[in-house]
Amino acid sequence: MPIRFPHSVRAAVLAAIAALTGCGGPSPVEKATAEKTLLLGNGAEPQGLDPHLVSGVIESNIIRALFEGLCVEHPSENGKPLPGVAESWEANERFTDWTFHLRKDAQWSDGHPLTAHDFIFAFQRILNPRLGSEYSFMLYYIIGAEDFHQEHRSKVICAEDPELPTPWETVEKEVNLSGNPEAAEGSFDQKGLDHLSTDELRQLKADPSLLSWPESIPENTRSFLIDHLVAFDESGESLWDRIGVAATAPDDHTLEVKLRGPMPFLPELTKHYTWFPLPEHVIHQFGAEESRFTDWTLPGNLVSNGAFTLKSWRINDHIEIVKNPRYWDAETVQLNAIRYFPISNVYTEARMFFNDQLHATYALGPELIAYSREHFPKELRNELYLGSYFIRCNVTRSPLSNPKVRLALSLAIDRQSVIDNILQGGQQPARGLVPPSGEYQSPDLVYFDPEEARRLLAEAGYPDGKGFPDIRFLTTDRESAKRGAEALQGMWKEHLNISVGIDQMEWATYLSTMFKKEYDLAAGGWIGDYLDPTTFLDMWLKDGGNNRTGWFNRDYERMLREAEQIADPLARYQKLQDAERLLLEERPILPLYWYTRNYLLHSDVKGWHPLLLDNHPFKFVSLESSHQ
Amino acid sequence: MLRYLASRIFQGFLVLFALYTITFFLVKAMPGDPFTGEKNIPEDVKRNMREQSGLNDPLFVQYLNYPKEVLLKGSFNYSIKKRRPVVEIIAQAFPASFVLGISALIFAVMLAIPIGVISALRKNSWVDYSGMAIAMVGICVPSFVIGPLLQIGIATRVPILKIAGWDSPIDIVLPAITLGLATAAYLARLTRGGMLEILSQDYIRTARAKGLSTGRIMIVHALRGGLIPSVAFIGPAFATLISGSFIVESIFQVPGMGQHFVNAIVDRDEFLVLGLALFYGFLVVIMNLVADLLVGFLNPRVRIAELDG
Repeated sequence: MPIRFPHSVRAAVLAAIAALTGCGGPSPVEKATAEKTLLLGNGAEPQGLDPHLVSGVIESNIIRALFEGLCVEHPSENGKPLPGVAESWEANERFTDWTFHLRKDAQWSDGHPLTAHDFIFAFQRILNPRLGSEYSFMLYYIIGAEDFHQEHRSKVICAEDPELPTPWETVEKEVNLSGNPEAAEGSFDQKGLDHLSTDELRQLKADPSLLSWPESIPENTRSFLIDHLVAFDESGESLWDRIGVAATAPDDHTLEVKLRGPMPFLPELTKHYTWFPLPEHVIHQFGAEESRFTDWTLPGNLVSNGAFTLKSWRINDHIEIVKNPRYWDAETVQLNAIRYFPISNVYTEARMFFNDQLHATYALGPELIAYSREHFPKELRNELYLGSYFIRCNVTRSPLSNPKVRLALSLAIDRQSVIDNILQGGQQPARGLVPPSGEYQSPDLVYFDPEEARRLLAEAGYPDGKGFPDIRFLTTDRESAKRGAEALQGMWKEHLNISVGIDQMEWATYLSTMFKKEYDLAAGGWIGDYLDPTTFLDMWLKDGGNNRTGWFNRDYERMLREAEQIADPLARYQKLQDAERLLLEERPILPLYWYTRNYLLHSDVKGWHPLLLDNHPFKFVSLESSHQ
Repeated sequence: MLRYLASRIFQGFLVLFALYTITFFLVKAMPGDPFTGEKNIPEDVKRNMREQSGLNDPLFVQYLNYPKEVLLKGSFNYSIKKRRPVVEIIAQAFPASFVLGISALIFAVMLAIPIGVISALRKNSWVDYSGMAIAMVGICVPSFVIGPLLQIGIATRVPILKIAGWDSPIDIVLPAITLGLATAAYLARLTRGGMLEILSQDYIRTARAKGLSTGRIMIVHALRGGLIPSVAFIGPAFATLISGSFIVESIFQVPGMGQHFVNAIVDRDEFLVLGLALFYGFLVVIMNLVADLLVGFLNPRVRIAELDG
């Protein structure tokens, strides 16, 4: 006999079920769409919101919505800057001298007028060596900026002085100007002449032996340098003025910038947050401009000039920004708010999207791509992204010091197979280092040819892999990194008959192992900062800082220097292509694939187009319910 | 009693100082530094960054500076990466962990004590076996399996439950179950064991002989003694629960302490690592003390032996 419940119980149970499962009101996304609030997965907790003290994509996603530079990103066209704070701009014929005309109604979100001086202040701050910004080099194009940031004081003060007893070239080469990291902690030698404080310089004047001077520099030159540095410090003149860093504000609404070489794509560069203005009046209120630890970026304190302002920020939970009514183009802005969720767990993020809790995910794990393709084909996005994945070779160690070995390793990689079987994200097999962008084409030199690989390896002295030493492949501890490394390991074994061991290391350990060059092969990648091949090619200069392979080549350096001085864009690309060809012939890095961005985007989101830099301008994004 | 307390507090200080010393040198021994990033930073820029965080001082000076700052100024310094006071970061994260931990513990106790008691009463019956089998599963299945199962199995079917997030009280349910399940499993087994031991004691037999009802025997006589192992376990378990779990927090997007523990180490954010380690150590010390006092209250033998000894 079936169990019968009294009516009242049944009614209560039905009500409870309805409340829990059915007809339970709108989902978070439906609600947010109605309120015009964009819900975004944003990868991880940002390191901060001070545009000068961050360097990641996660931070950039928020900072771009809060602040605005001279130009802004076009919503759908790559490399086509739109007016931002600058209403218009012009350059001389060589693209070295630029004038930006700022809009007169530009203001900060607290109503304070925004002038060209806020740009100058920001440039001075990011170039201030005491702030310790990681991204100062983005302004090195400005004449004098590098000298200011690296405090080339001796050069600025003494190089052109006719009374300097020793030629400046000798001084620059011989004297310890910029410091020696190996020297004793806290010693003058560690700091270098240019980085000594006024007091330290006075001590040095009394006792020049506190710094190790080379024999080639006579006494009178030593005292000349010290005296002039002390005199400069005592004069109270700022180094910025003395150098005459070529960023100036002739009036409140005009910004003039002079560059070291022609740069047709400067407006493109000004879209990067390193070129944004900052509110001097606010930053000074919360501490010294060079202090890394102040509260000016917290909600309630942060004053911005972009389409949005900061409303709330709970660590590891969310950041919410709301429409800025004082923004000059507030009419265009359709969203009322954006909520960023720092979701580092990609599976949680995807599940939240599938369950209508997010408008867009930050990423999509390779394991989830097939599932998404089947169940969310409209939402799955697969877009080209300006990034390149490669393997660094430590050319200071045998056997990778031999270019033939490097080329053989590269030729033995079946890139399409790695993409189809491991990455599964529709990446493009790399044909060179620089991914396709605009008119620039990478020389087509990277391909799969196991025959040729074996031949080269034999030429290098290892026929059929005989006698080839065991080498190690350094990679990060991510699961996907491991699978990729194992695939390559297998290909090298199969095609070249050599054994490559895999070293998986936790992120910071991986980085420091690579920096110390304690590796043979190391996985690596690079995301372009702006749409120009130099963002990938400059890395391989001898002092490029991100080189880490020990490779350098005088011709390569020369070609890049020459390209810096070419004003005609096509001729310039030609020169850069020659440089890339040389790099690929030498192959200190083995390019693997060009990135794609795989993520999920809700159909309610409008005005969101594929962009190579993935810098979607939120002022053009809107929300419209697609359920009606 | 006072003398006992004073000596325990002194011991606590020693434990914390030892913890500080070990953590400090372990952090320093890790390869890399807080400023290691993918992008190269010139050496003098790094020096300036270190300068602002006081990391250019000799190691021993740094070792002594930190406790000095903590004890004299009450300052736990700034997180090097997030550039916020460590105290502020913990103050933001701890409430979420605390609420989650308490809820997980309540869930565990409500589930485990009845199961444990009933299993003990019906020893070797199907109730006992199935209860203990469930407990064994709870111990064995890790939270990174349970969490996603709950998300897929329950959250997608019950609209008021979200997959992840931390906005309304209902968001506590799934993470609390995930976090509390293993604790519940241990607790059920401990309760069963404790009760079994007590139920075989003479005074219980006496109570039965007096003709008292089973309910009265359980509540008045047996539970107090039978729960001693559980209470001793709950103290430190509570400290663990409220100090956050990286896995549960990352699955359910809970803005708690667990994520900071892991990220601070990955970031080499030494002041945050030290602050979190000391805070966690402090919680464990306090909870152990409270648990010991409670056990003393429940068990007169311990009271005589420890408190007056």
